[in-house]
Amino acid sequence: MKDFRISLPLSSAEISYLHPNDKVLLSGTVYTARDEAHKRMIAMLKEGVQLPFELSETAIFYCGPSPAAAGMICGAIGPTTSSRMDPFTPELLKAGLRVMIGKGERSPETEQEIKAAGALYLIAIGGISAVLSQSIVSCETFLWESLGAEAVFKMELKDFPCYVGIV
Amino acid sequence: MREISSGTIQEAVYRAISRMSYHCDSKVTLALSEALNTETNELARDALQSILQNHKLSPETSIPLCQDTGSTVVFAEIGAHFHLTGQSLPELINAAVRRAQKDCPLRASTVADPLFERNNRGDNTPAIIHIEYVEGDKIRLLIAQKGGGAENMSFMKMLSPALGAEGIIDFVCEGVLAAGSRPCPPLILGIGIGSNFEGAPLLAKKALFEPFGRAHPDLRYRQMESEITKRINTLGCGVQGFGGSCTVLATHILQAPCHIASLPVAVNLQCHAHRHSEVII
Repeated sequence: MKDFRISLPLSSAEISYLHPNDKVLLSGTVYTARDEAHKRMIAMLKEGVQLPFELSETAIFYCGPSPAAAGMICGAIGPTTSSRMDPFTPELLKAGLRVMIGKGERSPETEQEIKAAGALYLIAIGGISAVLSQSIVSCETFLWESLGAEAVFKMELKDFPCYVGIV
Repeated sequence: MREISSGTIQEAVYRAISRMSYHCDSKVTLALSEALNTETNELARDALQSILQNHKLSPETSIPLCQDTGSTVVFAEIGAHFHLTGQSLPELINAAVRRAQKDCPLRASTVADPLFERNNRGDNTPAIIHIEYVEGDKIRLLIAQKGGGAENMSFMKMLSPALGAEGIIDFVCEGVLAAGSRPCPPLILGIGIGSNFEGAPLLAKKALFEPFGRAHPDLRYRQMESEITKRINTLGCGVQGFGGSCTVLATHILQAPCHIASLPVAVNLQCHAHRHSEVII
């Protein structure tokens, strides 16, 4: 297991340097999206509407945070099961997505798509929210606030611990 | 008849939910420490260390153990000589759930309709409540905050009685291995054997409330519990799917009488963020 400290946006060269099971401390701006946000993003892309962030420069974090208590930067942060997002992933890869963070296996088809796109799937540990929250510099609702935990949140990460799943 | 006001019970439920959202069962913490002592896989060790660090940090930072703060499940055993005054039991439990969601705060994870629109109710109600009447003048509440990931990978089947204990062990091991890392191992397995189509999953859920790591009083079931744990840990996906020998921390079986034609088996998976507690009043 090698440790790498990397920052978004990642270049193709940086991605190609990583191997499965490497530990990564990730910094930069990411956007959260779960099932419903994925559905909506795909609908926008199909209608030819530009997403309000550049997919190629960020990461999609499969995460629905808990609300922040008064005076805190964020609530509990952690990955949800990535395979639920498999049906949406090829479209997002086509639209430029290069980095995903979640937990668990991907379908064999999605794994192939990720590899073919030169993209990176990072695994974060589930159920260690207090630990992961230490790596959150800022967290704000960015899109579709009425979805609650399923909204898109913009997060600034600093040395967020995860592991290379697929590259 | 012993009279207790609904306010007293509501406060106890509220406290239990609030406490377990930040404090993991100390026996689970101990089991994870022991697993770290024997685990040799480097990634699995790293993950175990993070989980143990989380158990320490969560109460210190007032950040919940997991961002999936769960749905509330309650098994209520009401004594025949216990009388509740004020709100009904579902009303007071839902009031406690609503308060805990707002005050902690916990994630609102319940949608009003399972299929259409899936609008978030915003307060985690309704809790899922099972009521049973028993002897005595007390009320016993088993309360869990159950996450969605492990719940999604739980499974049940009406097996043929001819399959016997070995058939059940195979069925459970195959199902848990197929779930892979999605239910967030290391896991606790609640297994319900017998009853009927709806009864076996209830037994499986209730088995998760058995004191962590307790040995089944019937030696035959106890042997099944240890065989299942052992076999999965030999073949298993390990902590978070990273490999190694720690996929299951404990297996609890509960059994019940059933129809001569049936052998219902249900397996309820519990992630390592085990949030279960007991209140007796």
